[in-house]
Parts: sequence; C-alpha cells; structure tokens
Amino acid sequence: MIKRLATSICSALLISMPAAAETVTIATVNNGDMVTMKSLSKAFTDANPDIELEWVTLEENILRQRVTTDIATGSGQYDVVTIGTYEVPIWAKQGWLEPLNNLGADYDVDDILPSIRGGLSYEDKLYAVPFYAESSMVIYRTDLIEKAGLEMPKEPSWDFIRKAAKAMTNKDEGVYGICLRGKAGWGENVALLTVMANSFGARWFDEQWEPQFDTPEWKKTLEVYTDLMQSYGPPGASSNGFNENLALFQTGKCGMWIDATVAGSFVTNSKESSVADKVGFALAPDAGMEKRANWLWAWNLAIPSSTDSKPAAEKFVSWATSKDYLALVAKEKGLANVPPGTRASLYENKEYLEAAPFAQITLESIKLADPNNPTVKPVPYVGVQFVAIPEFQGLGTAVGQQFSAAVAGNVSPEQALKTAQRLAQRTMRKAGYPKD
Amino acid sequence: MRQAQLLRQKVLYSLLAWTVGIAIFFPILWTILTSFKTELEAVANDPSFLFFDWTLENYKTILNESRYFSHFWNSIVISLGSSVVGLLIAIPAAWAMAFVPNKHTKDVLMWMLSTKMLPPVGVLIPIYLLFRDFDLLDTKLGLVIVMTLINLPIMIWMLYTYFREIPSEVLEAARMDGASIGSEIVHVLLPIALPGIASTLLLNIILAWNEAFWTLILTAAKAAPLTAFIASYSSPEGLFYAKLSAASTLAIAPILIIGWFSQKQLVRGLTFGAVK
Repeated sequence: MIKRLATSICSALLISMPAAAETVTIATVNNGDMVTMKSLSKAFTDANPDIELEWVTLEENILRQRVTTDIATGSGQYDVVTIGTYEVPIWAKQGWLEPLNNLGADYDVDDILPSIRGGLSYEDKLYAVPFYAESSMVIYRTDLIEKAGLEMPKEPSWDFIRKAAKAMTNKDEGVYGICLRGKAGWGENVALLTVMANSFGARWFDEQWEPQFDTPEWKKTLEVYTDLMQSYGPPGASSNGFNENLALFQTGKCGMWIDATVAGSFVTNSKESSVADKVGFALAPDAGMEKRANWLWAWNLAIPSSTDSKPAAEKFVSWATSKDYLALVAKEKGLANVPPGTRASLYENKEYLEAAPFAQITLESIKLADPNNPTVKPVPYVGVQFVAIPEFQGLGTAVGQQFSAAVAGNVSPEQALKTAQRLAQRTMRKAGYPKD
Repeated sequence: MRQAQLLRQKVLYSLLAWTVGIAIFFPILWTILTSFKTELEAVANDPSFLFFDWTLENYKTILNESRYFSHFWNSIVISLGSSVVGLLIAIPAAWAMAFVPNKHTKDVLMWMLSTKMLPPVGVLIPIYLLFRDFDLLDTKLGLVIVMTLINLPIMIWMLYTYFREIPSEVLEAARMDGASIGSEIVHVLLPIALPGIASTLLLNIILAWNEAFWTLILTAAKAAPLTAFIASYSSPEGLFYAKLSAASTLAIAPILIIGWFSQKQLVRGLTFGAVK
C-alpha cells in the first residue's frame, strides 16, 4: 500500500515538473558588440523558452587558452565559442569544430561577404559564422589635414601618409601626425606590419616555406614604419596597441591612425570621442604595387565538437548572426551600432550608409583583402595579416618583439629583421616545414 | 643629546615605514581612483590624481552587465570552505609534527613545502583531466578541493611554527590527567594556539580569495569567483581600464574590509608573541 502510494506520488511529481531547459554556455570576449549581444539575448530566450543561456566572458588570451584546453580534453564546458579568423581553419582541420549545416531556412548564408565566408570554411564546409568583421583603414582628422593644406585622397599611398604625418605633427601642442600599433604581439603590431609588408610586396614565406625577412621588401617596410613612428609618432609608441591608439585619437593627439575599421564607430561617437565631428576615413595605403595594407579579421561564433547541445547551440549561433539580429540591434541601440562587416545586405541599406560614415570604406576594405592571395607574390599560406598555421601564434609574437624593439630604437631595422629571419627559420625547421 | 638622537631615529623610521606603506598601497589607491573616472580619463596621457569628473557610471554598468553577487558568493564559499577544510587537516598534522616528531618529520615538512615550488601550470593537464572525469569542472566543490590542497603546506607550516612555541609540558600535564589525544588537541592546544590558528585561517582566506590561476582555468559559468569577474572586463577592442578598475575595486573591497577589522589579529598572529 505504502509502496503504491510512494510510486504514485513520485509519478505525479515527475509529470507536474516542467521539462528542464537545455543550457547553452557561451564563451566570449568583452568587446562592445558582444556586450550588446548579451544584453539583447532575452529576445532569443523569449523565442526559445526551452533554451537557457549561460555567459562566460573572458580576456582574449585566457579565452583562447581555456577553450583550447576544453576542446582538446573533450570536456564540453562550452557550447558556443567566440574565436578569430586565425583559429577557424586550424581548429576545423583538427576536428575541434562542428560544421554548421543547420542554420535555418531563412539564414541566407550567401549574404555573408564572400571574403569573410572563405576564411571560415574548411574543405568547403562552414565551421563558424561571423559576428562582426573588420579590415584596416586610415582614420584621420579632417580639421588637421585641412590646416596642413592637404587633401586626403580616397586611396592614399605610403608616400602621401608620410607627407601628411609630417605636416600634421605639432609636438608643442601634443599632436602627432601618425599613430600606429607598436605593441608586440601577433594580433597587435604584427597584424599591421604584415599588411604593410604585403603592400610593399613582401611576404612571410616563399612557396617552399622559406622565411623571407632578408628580402629588400621587408627592409623597406620596416624602414618606412620605424621612420614614421620615430619621426611623427607619439612618445612611447612601441607600447601602443589598439586601445592605446584609440584613446590617443579620441583625445585629439593623433592626426592619422591606421587601424581596424571597427574603430569607425568609436571615434565618431560623440559620447566617447572629443573629435567625433572631425574624422574622415580613407582606404589603407599602398606603395603602387596593387596591394593595399588591408587586413581581414572577424570575430566568429563556432560550436566545439565537445558540445552535447549542438542543435540548441546552432540555433543560438544562427540567431546572433542573422539579419533579424542586425535589425534588433538597429532598433534597440541605433543603426550605427550594428555589428559591421558581415552581411552584404547591411551595406545595401541606405539608412545604414548615412548613419555610419565609415560604412562604405569598411565594405571596400573588406572586399579588397584576399586571404588566399594576400600579397604581390605567391605564398603557400592562407591569411592576410597572419599565416594560418599553428606555429604562427608563437613565431608572430617573437617577431613582433623584434619590430617593437626597432621602434623603440633598441635595435636597428636590419638587426630586427636578421633576428626575425633566424627565429622563423628555426621555428619552421623544428615544425618540419615544408610539409606535403 | 641621546634623547634627540632617539627622536631623530624614531622620526626617520616612521618616515620610512610610511613611505613603504604608501608605495605598497599606491597601486590599490590608483585602481580605486581610476574606477571613478571615465574611460577616456582613465587612459589619459597626463592623468589627473583627484581633479577629474567623478562618476559612478562604471559601477552602474558592471553591476548591470554581470552577476556580481553570484561571483561574490562563489568566492566566499571557495575561500572559506577551503580554509576551514584545510584547518581540519592541518591542525592534527601540525600537532603530530610539533609534539610527536620522529626522524622523518623535517623531511616531510620540506617535502610538503617543495610542492609549493612547482609551477601550477606543470600539473594543469592532469588536474584538468581528473576534474573532467570526476565531473568537478565548474563546481565549487572542485575549487574547494584544489584550494585546500594548494594551501595545505602553508597552513601546516604556519601551525607547526605556532605549536612549536607551546611548551609540551602543558600537553603532557593534560595527558597525565587522563586526556585523550582528541581532547588534548581540542581543550588544551586549541585555546592556547587560537591567535595562531585565527591568523592562519585569515591568511588562507586571503590567499584563496586572490588565487587567479586555478579559479580561471577550472570554472566556466557556475562556479566562477570574483577573479573571473575581474578578468571578464578586459577587452581587445574597446577601452576598458575604468570598468576593469571598478570590477577590481568591488572584488577586493570585501577582503580589504575583513583585513582592516582583523588586522590586530593578523599582526598578532604573524609577529607571534601571543603565546609566549
């Protein structure tokens, strides 16, 4: 009798209990667009009451370390991860990511800009979708260039940049003609120097994976760079990264700044920038060799193969990178704050082009960057401002330290390149290149 | 003449102590000040010390964006839990080594200390795999276990030095009166060594509260303490120093307050003249 009663109570409890919601854990970085995604995610959970979202926001390098440990050990703590364009092909090759083939009927994957989509595919399968994407461009002060008696062309050359930097520099007033990345790191100064080198016809490796730092093209690149930084850059430029230059530009200390297109919305935001109404944009410079210093980067959402909630995770990934999500951000946060650079349809929207003065240049810059043919000469690797091989992260940062030392004046450009060549040769030899 | 010299010496030493104190405290003060600045002021080339537009905006933003109290609760459970569990193991261990030593006691003590010399990253993968297999990833229990194990050598060493100062005759007298080992520890040893035990507990709470390697690696969304809360405010693209400073201030505030109220206890325990 008691047993029967207990059984019926248990069954009644089981029936009356609501079905447990599936939890999707998302690992991300603290960039503005991601903060917006988190704050608007209620719209997703409202539409999908059977899915709960857990957010893990981390510093970029910790994120990378944590997510790799998690995936490599198959622990499955994360269902959605935020990763860069560099990781996607490498991780997909390792079998660490799930291919995305159920993004939904109205997702319109062909609307994603082809150059971005190409970088996220491996063996013709899509392994990540872009959340926001960027290239590089020249951001400049319209008032200072006018005062200098110059006019910024839409397609400036490195010679013009030098001339303009000289004319705009006024060290007595704390205004420096040009601000460039100097902080060592494969994602910091190496990104800029690699695209700069591309525009001067240099490359990291030749077709046989032989390092190329001993070529005249690299010498020219580093000489132009150190000259610009030392003559017209702010003091302590060798420790400036994206954020430091952003702060300098926003406080009116830089005449020009060559950096990520995503900075467009920061420098034109009058709440944050004291020069918001005096900013112009131009394409990244070239040296007359048909390649501009345009990089290509996207922050993407991907699903690690260790997840046990793939369908729910894919639903979220699809939502956060959909046209509907862009419309939601436009409605809640304003059109200029929509995550840029991913969908062609956004750039067909006239209202967006009007609201975001940097939009047109952003689109053109992204289109100009070609990860498969990044520089003038042929290369054996994929990637514009990086080389998509696992060894690049360590090698890139070691080479970046040499470049940073050259800006600080601790070593000469020749010496920096000599050391870079030696480092690269050693790394590649140890890694067993050339590989079949 | 001699008095003047003494006074001069006193002033000199006070000045030195203040200088060192301020130098040590300055980074914390700067963090607190930065937390009241705007992002632009926080990275200004010529930073202002006090004359800026004080704002609470950063605190508002981070309290809105993050679940501070959930991280705070995790920190409390992890630091307090690991310190209490640690004490339960460390007290009998230190008692054994202090009052019934044998010829291997010194070696055992040294061996325990040597585990602290191992860089934590050296055991990252084995511990991570164990955690995965025992389902301890992202759990407070897992963090309590790791923190206990990490801090145990320090706890045993601290308690061992305190216990060594207690004359063993006191314990022998209790034993003569027929006290068991348990009641000898609980009723005789603990009351005498209380200041030492309290400062060991406090120091371990602080160590566990500030630990930022294992707490970042082994947690995700559920068990992440305040260290993860701070780390979440760094951004590769966008200014973040002011918000990061506000997050740091909120994270260190509880431990600063505890430290302030218990400083007498801490100093007494650390300088350790209490039982003499």
